[in-house]
Amino acid sequence: MLAKGKAGPRRQDHPLWFLIPALAVLVVFFLVPTVFNFVYAFTDWSSFKSAINFAGVDNFTSLFSNGTLVNALKVTLVYAVLVAIFQNAFGLGLALLFEKDTRVNRAVRVAFFVPVIMSALAVGYIFQALLKPDGALNGIIGWFTGTEVSIPWLGSTTWTIVVVAIVHAWKWMGLSMLIYLAGLKTISEDVLEAARLDGAGRWTMFRSIRFPLLAPAVTFNVATALLGSMNGFDIVQATTEGGPGGTTELLNIFIFRTFGQGLFAQATTMSLVLFLLVTILAFPVIRFLRKREDVL
Amino acid sequence: MTITAERPDTATRIAPARRKPRRRFPVQPVAAILVAVLVLGVPFWLVIATAAKDQAEALNPDLSPPSEWRLFDNFAQVFEDGRMVAGFFGSLLVMVPAVVGVLILGSMAAWILGRRGGRLTAAIYALGISGIVLPPAVVTIVLLLRQLGLAGTALGMIGVYMGMYLSTVIFFVTGFVRTIPHELEEAARVDGAGPVRTFIRVILPLLRPVLATATILICLYIWNDVFYALFVIGGRLDTLPLNLYQVASAGLYLQNWHLIFAYIILMSLPLLITFVVAQRRIISGITSGAVK
Repeated sequence: MLAKGKAGPRRQDHPLWFLIPALAVLVVFFLVPTVFNFVYAFTDWSSFKSAINFAGVDNFTSLFSNGTLVNALKVTLVYAVLVAIFQNAFGLGLALLFEKDTRVNRAVRVAFFVPVIMSALAVGYIFQALLKPDGALNGIIGWFTGTEVSIPWLGSTTWTIVVVAIVHAWKWMGLSMLIYLAGLKTISEDVLEAARLDGAGRWTMFRSIRFPLLAPAVTFNVATALLGSMNGFDIVQATTEGGPGGTTELLNIFIFRTFGQGLFAQATTMSLVLFLLVTILAFPVIRFLRKREDVL
Repeated sequence: MTITAERPDTATRIAPARRKPRRRFPVQPVAAILVAVLVLGVPFWLVIATAAKDQAEALNPDLSPPSEWRLFDNFAQVFEDGRMVAGFFGSLLVMVPAVVGVLILGSMAAWILGRRGGRLTAAIYALGISGIVLPPAVVTIVLLLRQLGLAGTALGMIGVYMGMYLSTVIFFVTGFVRTIPHELEEAARVDGAGPVRTFIRVILPLLRPVLATATILICLYIWNDVFYALFVIGGRLDTLPLNLYQVASAGLYLQNWHLIFAYIILMSLPLLITFVVAQRRIISGITSGAVK
């Protein structure tokens, strides 16, 4: 350290003006709109009049009293948790199934990555067709059971959110699978060998050795699944557009719909709610998951 | 348990496998293929089969094969009606400058942030990477763009994407810069190179692998984005996902599943081809960032 001090880097070798272009873009296109969010949520900004007036917490009280705020918050949270569960369960299951480096497995892994690179909107339309009451999924079930099946997968006020979350997980499970595969590769053979010598069966081995050692992969996958689904829009818009009866109306769906109706202030209010929700949830979740890694 | 007690046990366990090269039923490969066919094959087949049908046959999309394959006729039709060419170039028009922009501005900033210490740098770094987690304020961005006269323009969309994905670049590259030895920069400095030359000649080439990863991720997001595009340029500039949204939600096309699916196939092809060509790099790039 000391020896380096003389010839070491001086401040002018890394001039601060290199930061300015990036900062300018961040301030104009990220920071200022975010600050605006906190301002315009308290106005009556809409497409119906030219003047924008201060309106206090009117937007919040009206959204709260007609139930949309609580509903959208609840739907978004439930959706995020469901997606995180399904995406990780599917991803981990696939990673364990395709763990060995055989030719078949390598090909299948690549195939499972195709939904990841597809447009989420396209995935939504594909499943809208697949899940119609007279669609292909019911056709397959009917073929197996030998009866006419017409389950309205996207028409249930209780279960549709689960179905859509599964579609979301279907799109992204290939990514989780890859992360888990990479995590499984990092577990040293010695540890596994030692466990095998101690007589650990496959299940014990997975539960008490491999799964705990996958902690960094779990952190990444859970955090990205939660964040991705809280900001979700495309898949829900393409499958249910928030229905039936608003039971899949995520915050972003609400924002898009009210924006389209010209109710800009209400859309801004919900955008602020989303911002606060992510801020309040994301950091503790990430910290909690990181802590779990440290214990090991 | 002692080692001596374990040894015979392992010996007996390994031995039978060697003794009996009996062909077992290949459970794993069969299970792997079965899962892939059920989970991926069914939806993909639905897309291809429906995209090859005519309107009457595709009215109720099912898994039956088309009585007559007219995939390319349908491609030709969506090519015209779905404004594919305009959408393709519109997508490129916003994606390429946004990606190049974030890579250059992001690595410039990340170089400084990775090299300088101090509270100011730490604060700027925190602001710089906060966008990874925090959602952009999509409604007020539109307001701001109107005030700037950029609403509905490609430039506005590029700015919005840059604001969103600069964080990703800054995060990836700052971590990478810290692993580059100072000596490499010093050698250039001794030769009389200023910061700009050092950055362009020494640092940028070294950043290649991490910039490749960031490029892949950001291209994936921007190419497929429809949410932010709907707010910023919806109706005023064509991009592939926006046109798909219009084709699919227009009443006229509501029953035209064959066209929607033909559109989906064509729209996915560019990324699909890129992926097939560079799959190894893409996969290793994405996973290397996640699990350290």
